[in-house]
Amino acid sequence: MALSASKIKVGDTHEEVVIEDLSRTQLVMYAGTSGDYNPLHSDDLYTKEIAGYPGVFAHGMLSMGLTGKMLTNYVGDGRLKKYGVRFTNQVWPGDSLTAKATVVDIREEDGDKVVDLELATVNQDGKTVVTGTATARVDA
Amino acid sequence: MADEVKFPVEATHIMMFARSVADDNPIYYDEEYAKTTEVGHIIAPPTFPRAVAQFDPDYFLRPKVGQKWFGSGKNATGLTEPAKSSGGLHAEQHFEYHRQPKPGDVYTVTTKPGKTWEKTSARAGKLTFTETIQEYRDQNGELVVTSRGVGVKTERPVEQK
Repeated sequence: MALSASKIKVGDTHEEVVIEDLSRTQLVMYAGTSGDYNPLHSDDLYTKEIAGYPGVFAHGMLSMGLTGKMLTNYVGDGRLKKYGVRFTNQVWPGDSLTAKATVVDIREEDGDKVVDLELATVNQDGKTVVTGTATARVDA
Repeated sequence: MADEVKFPVEATHIMMFARSVADDNPIYYDEEYAKTTEVGHIIAPPTFPRAVAQFDPDYFLRPKVGQKWFGSGKNATGLTEPAKSSGGLHAEQHFEYHRQPKPGDVYTVTTKPGKTWEKTSARAGKLTFTETIQEYRDQNGELVVTSRGVGVKTERPVEQK
């Protein structure tokens, strides 16, 4: 179900747990579908010994995809006009992520009612891994 | 990315992509369900456009037959002289949707370089940011998605606190 402008107000929030105990297998699945086979995301040996990280970590785009699930669940399918993020911290296997949207404006754009959202996704330690913004078409 | 890539959008790819971002929304795989929704057909999850990498013949983060791969095999890297840098990380990604991507679309994706800038970080040394702008046009020449990505090359691995 899509959002209605009459039923939301600035400051409203929506939050969802988008992944619990992120598995290495999920990283492999993401590599396989996205086509980004960077060994940093599937190859512990390379990542530790050559790249100098503690181990494999998630694609930024996986964090964005997980955050996007919360977003489309909130605004409804096919309603997004814009969605953008910054990757502020890496996401590691074992992480659990909670994504949150906050209504910052409700306005008109190109004859549509739209909502502007601020986004933040945090891990189990409260560290922010993704920040962003989105604009979605809403019902009147 | 190659300057211009053909990206055919297929239902199976969308289904698998949705699974890979842990999203079980039936609008990404169930045609019958999708018909009952406002959109009326299967659509792709919002971050799907980046899967264009699958169709880029030159994409450097995909192992290619007959070429050495920089990931591990017998050794930690397949290269004899490994690159010092761990390669780039993704710093930002922005999409603008002019309509919803759907199965059957065939995009011509054009890639243009954007700005480049530098910053110094306590956790990773000198950071070099590079922006890339991509336009996804369908078989009718209509703009479907505009994408702006920012990559960052770090001087050293990002320090973990």
